[in-house]
Amino acid sequence: MPRVNYEAPTSVDDAVKILAGASGLAKVMSGGTDLLVQLRSGRVKPDLIVDTKRIPGLIGIREEGDFFVVGAATPGVMLSGNEKLDHAWPGIVEGADLIGSTQIQGRASLAGNLCNASPAADSVPAVIAARAAVVVAGPNGTREVPAESIPTGPGRTSLAKGEFIVAFKIPKPKPHQCDAYLRFIPRTEMDIAVVGCGTNVTLDASGTCIDARVVLGAVAPTIVVVEDAAKALIGHKLDDATLAALDAAAQKACKPISDKRGTIEYRTKVAGVLARRTAAIAFERAAAR
Amino acid sequence: MSYLDKEALKVVGTRPIRPDGIDKVIGRASFGADYTMPGMLWGKVKRSPHAHARILKIDVSKALRVPGVRAIVTAADFPNIANEEAFVGEGPMNFRDLSRNCMARDKALYDGHAVAAVAATSNAAAEEAAELIEVEYEVLPHVIDVEAAMAPGAPILHDDMLTQGVEPKPTKPSNVAKKITFTKGDIAKGFAEAEVVIERKYTTKPVHQAYIEPHACVVAVANDGQTTIWSSSQGQFMVRAYCAKLLGVDIANIRAMPAEIGGGFGGKTLVYLEPVAMALSKKSGRPVKLVMNREEVFRGTGPTSGGTIEVKLGAKRSGRIVAAELVLKYQAGAFAGSPVGPGCMCAFAMYDLDNVHITGYDVVSNRPKVAAYRAPGAPISSFGVESCLDELARELGIDPLALREMNAARDGTKTPYGPTLTNVGYLQTVEAARNHPNAKIPLGPNQGRGIASGFWFNIGGESSAAVHVNEDGTVAVVEGNPDIGGSRASMAMMAAEVLGIPYEKVRPVVGDTASIGFTFLTGGSRVTFATGMAVTQAAEKVVEQLKSRAAAIWDISPEAVEWRDGKAFPAGANAGSFEPLSLADIAIKSGRTGGPITAEVSINAQGAGPGFATHICDVEVDRETGHVKILRYTAVQDVGRAIHPSYVEGQIQGGVTQGVGWALNEEYIYDKDGRLENAGFLDYRIPVASDMPMIDAVMVEVPNPRHPFGARGVGEVPIVPPMAAVANAIADAVGARMRDLPMSPPKLRAELDELDPPRMAAE
Ligand SMILES: Cc1cc2nc3c(=O)[nH]c(=O)nc-3n(C[C@H](O)[C@H](O)[C@H](O)COP(=O)(O)OP(=O)(O)OC[C@H]3O[C@@H](n4cnc5c(N)ncnc54)[C@H](O)[C@@H]3O)c2cc1C
Repeated sequence: MPRVNYEAPTSVDDAVKILAGASGLAKVMSGGTDLLVQLRSGRVKPDLIVDTKRIPGLIGIREEGDFFVVGAATPGVMLSGNEKLDHAWPGIVEGADLIGSTQIQGRASLAGNLCNASPAADSVPAVIAARAAVVVAGPNGTREVPAESIPTGPGRTSLAKGEFIVAFKIPKPKPHQCDAYLRFIPRTEMDIAVVGCGTNVTLDASGTCIDARVVLGAVAPTIVVVEDAAKALIGHKLDDATLAALDAAAQKACKPISDKRGTIEYRTKVAGVLARRTAAIAFERAAAR
Repeated sequence: MSYLDKEALKVVGTRPIRPDGIDKVIGRASFGADYTMPGMLWGKVKRSPHAHARILKIDVSKALRVPGVRAIVTAADFPNIANEEAFVGEGPMNFRDLSRNCMARDKALYDGHAVAAVAATSNAAAEEAAELIEVEYEVLPHVIDVEAAMAPGAPILHDDMLTQGVEPKPTKPSNVAKKITFTKGDIAKGFAEAEVVIERKYTTKPVHQAYIEPHACVVAVANDGQTTIWSSSQGQFMVRAYCAKLLGVDIANIRAMPAEIGGGFGGKTLVYLEPVAMALSKKSGRPVKLVMNREEVFRGTGPTSGGTIEVKLGAKRSGRIVAAELVLKYQAGAFAGSPVGPGCMCAFAMYDLDNVHITGYDVVSNRPKVAAYRAPGAPISSFGVESCLDELARELGIDPLALREMNAARDGTKTPYGPTLTNVGYLQTVEAARNHPNAKIPLGPNQGRGIASGFWFNIGGESSAAVHVNEDGTVAVVEGNPDIGGSRASMAMMAAEVLGIPYEKVRPVVGDTASIGFTFLTGGSRVTFATGMAVTQAAEKVVEQLKSRAAAIWDISPEAVEWRDGKAFPAGANAGSFEPLSLADIAIKSGRTGGPITAEVSINAQGAGPGFATHICDVEVDRETGHVKILRYTAVQDVGRAIHPSYVEGQIQGGVTQGVGWALNEEYIYDKDGRLENAGFLDYRIPVASDMPMIDAVMVEVPNPRHPFGARGVGEVPIVPPMAAVANAIADAVGARMRDLPMSPPKLRAELDELDPPRMAAE
């Protein structure tokens, strides 16, 4: 009969030791809203589950200098409940808040969303657009890497054996900087993004864009940072020509598949639409601060 | 007796809480999967991964070696049932086909078709053993869609299927089980008179009922063959009849117990698991539990048909329709028996037409056998007809409600399928829709309004009910219909009204097959009508007994006693002067006045009044994504008399919501090998709560004189108009005429791009 062992260590070191020493498939668990569903459906068959939620610091949001440090297992409801974070990065909070339902929000975390490595993960585009880093603990100590370096393909990450994410370090916004996230789903909730787009812009006092990041979800095997879309924005105000160039750049960056959730053609068109719509929201928010 | 005077009613028409409400809210209600028995085994069904394959060999030797395995069954463990029409469930069914649908014999006919089943001491052992059952298949070419299945050279599912209803009788098998036609008047003459002719083709996809509770049962077969079945279904008598036939035992050997049912919508009017669990129990000597997971529900149980609807309408410029022609091709799934018949009959039933010709085809293909789904067949044909009517209205420049009014069926209209309508409220629904504020709210950019009407027969049939007066003056009502829409509340209300006692004093229960007389299943919107009639009559018999007991106590003649407000009174001064006796007073003394007071009534209820509805749907279209938002929805329906108005509104709102899912997103996605790719609620998209506005359910009450309270069925007609109402609203909003369901965002965006090609974005 299949058996799964369960450990809930209370320190990062213990967790690393358990993970590094495990034989068979060991899975880190934060909220479990992906992992337990996959376990029940038979899609993953772990020998060991290591629950991170009892490790001090893994749940909670604190400020360290120019950064928000978000514990890896912090559930969505704590992100949307944090006024400072919500004010600083409404786009990140919007993305996280879209995950599942009220029940799911009580568990679902940024780390789980990132490490489940679905190209359609809703919290990830805005997190990457904000140039967030993740703190990775492992047998060789801790390292800090950009969030976008973690997922390498559907269901795959760059984390080595024994490694797991401890926290997200999200820089605080500069003056006139803000973000937005939108996803398209056929319904209004409880669905997987057909396309997602997180856009983060910094404006000068005149409203001209001086820095930007546009990140698309669900249009390629991993989340895509669209350099050309950022270029289309930087140096411009948000006029029709800029929007058209942004739309074209976003469409060009898409390498989607046709599947039960959408055709290549449709996903590509909608990527352009969402790039424009998120840019409009982000510009308006940035200009207002 | 008749209780049609609404003003005189005390209980009927109020909104008390349902007797099963608390249990359902706190999670105490026992559904199919909640039953267990000492010594019970867990079963698991092994399913075909192929859409069409000959079963060459089934090797169970490895599976039998899994510790804990007690029995494995295949088709060889079931009697080979002969070809015989069954009149047990809601739609057409054949005992042989049902047997082969529960357990494939010779061939697997769809992805998910059951080919074997195992029972073991744990769920995990059963699952492991099911994996280890080795089935050798010869994979055959398959066909999924209805027109492909009709095309020459299509893979044939059944070598003995010779199309019925065509002359000369075919000699070669095909996938067309049956052709049917309905004719009224002279169609050629009608078209010759027409000033405008409009001809269109529409398609719909199969959609699942998507009940929340997956199929589940526990079956215990004793050594002497006495069998008890606990299961969630729309009819315990149906379960009993099918299991007796499929296992070759006497009906008397089976007692079927109804569980609470977590939704059915027609999908639980037949059996999948019960005969299999029964065979496993028989073989193992232990009770066996079988529970489907959601994937099995999608792969293994029946949705309703998808179909093609070809409509041709001929009209005068005035809007009067002079000819209506319809060709329907309904996909039945792996075995014959799509609801194409009712699809044909309902399509034009809202209209008074002189010249009609309707042809229907029942077509098999490699998908799960379809099952009933709310107004089976009608929503499909109505999507085509009601869309085409809208196209006609636009062409003629006539308001869609006015066009319907001009052609409306009324009392005395002869339907294309035969009967003449009486006491119908179709025009009243059109009128109420026109006067509803929703019809007048101004629309913004990209917003549109759609109108569509619908019809459903509603049925009566065999029903039994018992009313028992308890010793303390409370009352038990026992009836034979599983309650899927709040019917227990309605039964208790009708009994309370007749008896003149408060609703809270009446406790309704659904009896098992040994506790109440035969009752046809819960379907066809029949329960409040037919079983309600039985309850009313049983309560009236109880009143007669109460009167004679009072007469005995007073020593006067029973005719001299009157029953009012739950009490016996002397009928007049001549009858004598006595203090009135309440129901409780009489009940307490019943032991001394002749014994228990109780009545059971079994009837075959006739005169179910047809149901008509007219819906208004307002949408807003996001032109860039193709997303459709339902802004407002008003559903007007002739409900006869709303016994419990909240549950009538619930039926209307539920039907509309399912219809909106059908319209916008629901579809089965098959890969090239005929395997279902979206067997779950993530990618089979029924509406979520936030997709829907509050639906305004407007009840028009044209009482049905054949029912003591004027009730007519209400549960089915609300799912008939929504698909066309949504399509017509989209056409109104953005000019895109969506003729193929679902009107999903990618399809709508593509259609909009075709109407107005996007300019190339500047580089
Ligand atoms: C009903 C429902 C609705 C959903 N809706 C959405 C939605 O709308 N959008 C969306 O994006 N997702 C959705 N999800 C998926 C899921 O909720 C999210 O991906 C969520 O963010 C996962 O977080 P978690 O903490 O529950 O992850 P877990 O299930 O705990 O983990 C997910 C994966 O990440 C790994 N992991 C977890 N923590 C760490 C760590 N600290 N370090 C390294 N690896 C780790 C796990 O090993 C596992 O592989 C939904 C899920 C459900 C059940």
